[in-house]
Amino acid sequence: MIYLNAFLFAGFVCAIAQIILDKTKLTPGHITVIFVVLGAFLDVFNIYDQIILWAGGGALVPITSFGHNLTHGAIHGYNTEGVLGLFSGTLDLTAAGISAAIIFAFFMSLIFEPKD
Amino acid sequence: MKKSYQEIVQKNYPKENVLTNAIIAFISGGIIGIIGQILIDGYSYWLDISTKEATVCMLVTLIFFSCLFTSLGFFDKWVNFCKCGLIIPITGFAHATMSAALEYRKEGLVTGIGMNMLKLSGAVIIFGVVSSFIFSLIRMVVGLL
Repeated sequence: MIYLNAFLFAGFVCAIAQIILDKTKLTPGHITVIFVVLGAFLDVFNIYDQIILWAGGGALVPITSFGHNLTHGAIHGYNTEGVLGLFSGTLDLTAAGISAAIIFAFFMSLIFEPKD
Repeated sequence: MKKSYQEIVQKNYPKENVLTNAIIAFISGGIIGIIGQILIDGYSYWLDISTKEATVCMLVTLIFFSCLFTSLGFFDKWVNFCKCGLIIPITGFAHATMSAALEYRKEGLVTGIGMNMLKLSGAVIIFGVVSSFIFSLIRMVVGLL
């Protein structure tokens, strides 16, 4: 059942993004930024946590979960360390994704030739 | 003269079929979501780790494969076909980073790869961090009231 929910939610987010991309003159960069901010906003009152419980991996794969993790880390940092935690906790949960993208991209760009 | 040129441009501008594109994005994005859920279940079952750690493993796996497919050259065609179905999932973030790194590698390690790798995906990190800072400040103020 959670597989169906994952399919529906991830597909729904992507379809909305595609409609915005076709109907307006925004670039894909704008769309990803909009969805990151939306995910960060939905975490303020723990709405996104409910969506993750319902859709599982379908809610964790889209870029909205990136924004969700950023806000989640910042709030968790504030709760444990106070105001300084807002700065030290922000990238806590997303660090793995950013580091992985940078490390893989660096070494693979050394190995592979660009293809046109 | 200028007006007629504009009319010709309008006439020959490729018409994007909104409905077809949305359905393709829906299906491809949904498949990525199912793959993510399968990977989470698989990792937490075979490696005996918690769902949170399995989520990190799943994201790293997806990033690894989209970097690999981008450098092998065929991921660009998939992105052109699925559009938002592959841009909105984390694969789009990895694809943007990888293609910038590949494009600028000719210009050297530091000036090429180092300075340009996050050219496209930097926007996501910057706006994500700034907005999450503002939202957690709001949450903090609401919590104090």
